[in-house]
Amino acid sequence: MYKIVRKAILNPSVVLMDIEAPYIARKAEPGQFIIFRIDEAGERIPLTIADYDREKGTVTIIFQIVGKTTRVLAEMNEGQTLLDFVGPLGVASHLEGYKKVAVIGGGLGTAIAYPQAKKLHGLGAEVHSITGFRNRELIILEKEMEAVSHKLIVATDDGSNGNKGFVTNVLKQLIEEGNKYDLVIAIGPLVMMRAVSNMTREYGIKTLVSMNPIMIDGTGMCGGCRLTVGGKTKFACVDGPDFDGHEVDFDEAMRRQGMYKKHENQSTEIHVCKLGGVTNA
Amino acid sequence: MPNMALNKVKMPEQNPDIRNKNFQEVALGYDEAMAAEEAQRCLNCKHKPCVAGCPVNVKIPEFIQLVAEGKFEEAYLKIRETNSLPAVCGRVCPQETQCEQLCVRAKKGESVGIGRLERFVADWYMANCSSQEEKPESNGIKVAVVGSGPSGLTCAGDLAKLGYEVTIFEAFHVPGGVLMYGIPEFRLPKALVQKEIQTVRTLGVDIQTNMVIGKVLSIDDLREEGFKAVFIGSGAGLPSFMGIPGENLNGVYSANEFLTRINLMSAYKFPNTDTPVFVGKNVAVVGGGNVAMDAARSAKRLGAENVYIIYRRSEAEMPARLEEVHHAKEEGIILKVLTNPKQILGTEDGWVKGMECVEMELGEPDKSGRRRPVEKKGSEHVVELETVIIAIGQSPNPLIASTTPGLDVQSWGGIIVEEETGATSKGGVYAGGDAVTGAATVILAMGAGKKAAEAMDKYIRQQSQK
Repeated sequence: MYKIVRKAILNPSVVLMDIEAPYIARKAEPGQFIIFRIDEAGERIPLTIADYDREKGTVTIIFQIVGKTTRVLAEMNEGQTLLDFVGPLGVASHLEGYKKVAVIGGGLGTAIAYPQAKKLHGLGAEVHSITGFRNRELIILEKEMEAVSHKLIVATDDGSNGNKGFVTNVLKQLIEEGNKYDLVIAIGPLVMMRAVSNMTREYGIKTLVSMNPIMIDGTGMCGGCRLTVGGKTKFACVDGPDFDGHEVDFDEAMRRQGMYKKHENQSTEIHVCKLGGVTNA
Repeated sequence: MPNMALNKVKMPEQNPDIRNKNFQEVALGYDEAMAAEEAQRCLNCKHKPCVAGCPVNVKIPEFIQLVAEGKFEEAYLKIRETNSLPAVCGRVCPQETQCEQLCVRAKKGESVGIGRLERFVADWYMANCSSQEEKPESNGIKVAVVGSGPSGLTCAGDLAKLGYEVTIFEAFHVPGGVLMYGIPEFRLPKALVQKEIQTVRTLGVDIQTNMVIGKVLSIDDLREEGFKAVFIGSGAGLPSFMGIPGENLNGVYSANEFLTRINLMSAYKFPNTDTPVFVGKNVAVVGGGNVAMDAARSAKRLGAENVYIIYRRSEAEMPARLEEVHHAKEEGIILKVLTNPKQILGTEDGWVKGMECVEMELGEPDKSGRRRPVEKKGSEHVVELETVIIAIGQSPNPLIASTTPGLDVQSWGGIIVEEETGATSKGGVYAGGDAVTGAATVILAMGAGKKAAEAMDKYIRQQSQK
């Protein structure tokens, strides 16, 4: 059993939790992920590690409420336990040897971009971070990102924070202003990672994206997380989750992401109905 | 006087048209009278050829004698002397190519139903007795077992009986390995697997789940933490794909994924459980082994109307057990043999809509001795499908090999061991089961776990004398 030792609501649909998992905290590195399961009937859900504290023995996860499982998790509180929590899975990001890096987080992706920015900052790279959200209410980790970046630009789609625009525009502007990045890290929705990758391809800047497809075991056993990268089939769980953004077949990844849409809706509806039943009783 | 009937006492089964709509066990097992009657078919021969055919050397004539005498509890304990998982073995062992193949009675008529009797004894014991096994006196020496499938459980059980403090590390959230994620409920009920694992726990074996060795701890970490020897029984978890166009379309599964969703994650109970599985009206399973049969029969149970087994050789060459092929056919699975997939066809939005196949004919025998299938020109045709399940094999998972310096593996991933002992190229590290052989049977894995336990005991004794 894995205890929730801290819970913080970062925005109306994004929650942070520190989970007690000393073995994982000891080995975790940026770019790796965990898989959790809430209870006996639960599904296995992968989440990229947002942070870890080796001394306290905790692993931080940040998740968005999108389906039944994340909704149930968000309803849980400090002191409660998760039945299963396994990791650290996947290959850690290779961040050594870069001088100047643009780290881009789109929405929830900021939670995964954060440990990368932190690590790069710690390794002495010049870090320019760009985060993007739909509106001001959804902004997360602004202070944290600021602390590990030489420059942080937060953009909103609707301009409600006073800085309207998409992360791609911001990146383009920074590049046009003469910033020479030897690496771009883009983490967020597939459309956003595709847009960034398409743009950096023109500039010839190496770009890493973090893929988070549907998976079960996370150890290479099921192959459900397969992607096409550079024309070859790769398993996100053991070959990734980081991949060269210029090589990833994003269209296929988007299609595969939608494989269980109908099932997810059904599962969520039933859960919401049951909740309704409890409140009414 | 022995019972000289030529055939085994029939074991009752669920009617095929009923069972292909539920996940309850297909075979219903003997009752006491049937078991006693079948046990009397054993001639109790002096040279016991059957025992040599068993990878864990179950004392077959002895336990059968006890069954014939109605001493079922004693019979169980007799089996348990060499076999930690009798209820599992009684169900999934290919007895027809092992113990039963060597049975004297098989020379004229059917062999003694050794598997059926083993199953009866194990089930009877679970229903009527509570385990009296106790934790043996500890010798205080820690050993680690990686993986809680058949080889790991056997190795752990045997080492615990010798007094070792055994810890099993399991990557999944429940122990059992392929017994839990791979073999379907209707062939091997999961509650029964857990009961059998419980008997291994009563020997003092500690099972730690959610521990992916190679990630959270390496083999070297385990040695540093004081485990005097390590057994790797991590199975063959890496699914093979065909490398044909369309394999990443929505609706294409590896058999591993399809079966794991259904067995381990109970997707057949969705939405009462949270893991879904997608089964279309028309399903094709590519492959001819037991895993292919399991996947096809599971798809049928989940409501598919037409389920095809697509296999490039003929039925005679299928590696699946005869019994499984027979059960599959009874349940309405359609065998499309001498047929090979060329490509999977998709709709505009990326879902499977069919598979282009070509007919095959058998040519000259190949290296494996089986006649090699060759394409029949101009026989390309399309089978309409919504789901394709690829069951053409699994190879060992590279997670451990890639994080264990000094551990030698074959080019295809199998860990290289000394056959008699399971010793790897790394001192104190042993391996067995599918991680060594590639996908094979439960009982072979158990045999390997058993041998390794003996060798590990010897190794540790030698080390302590130094």
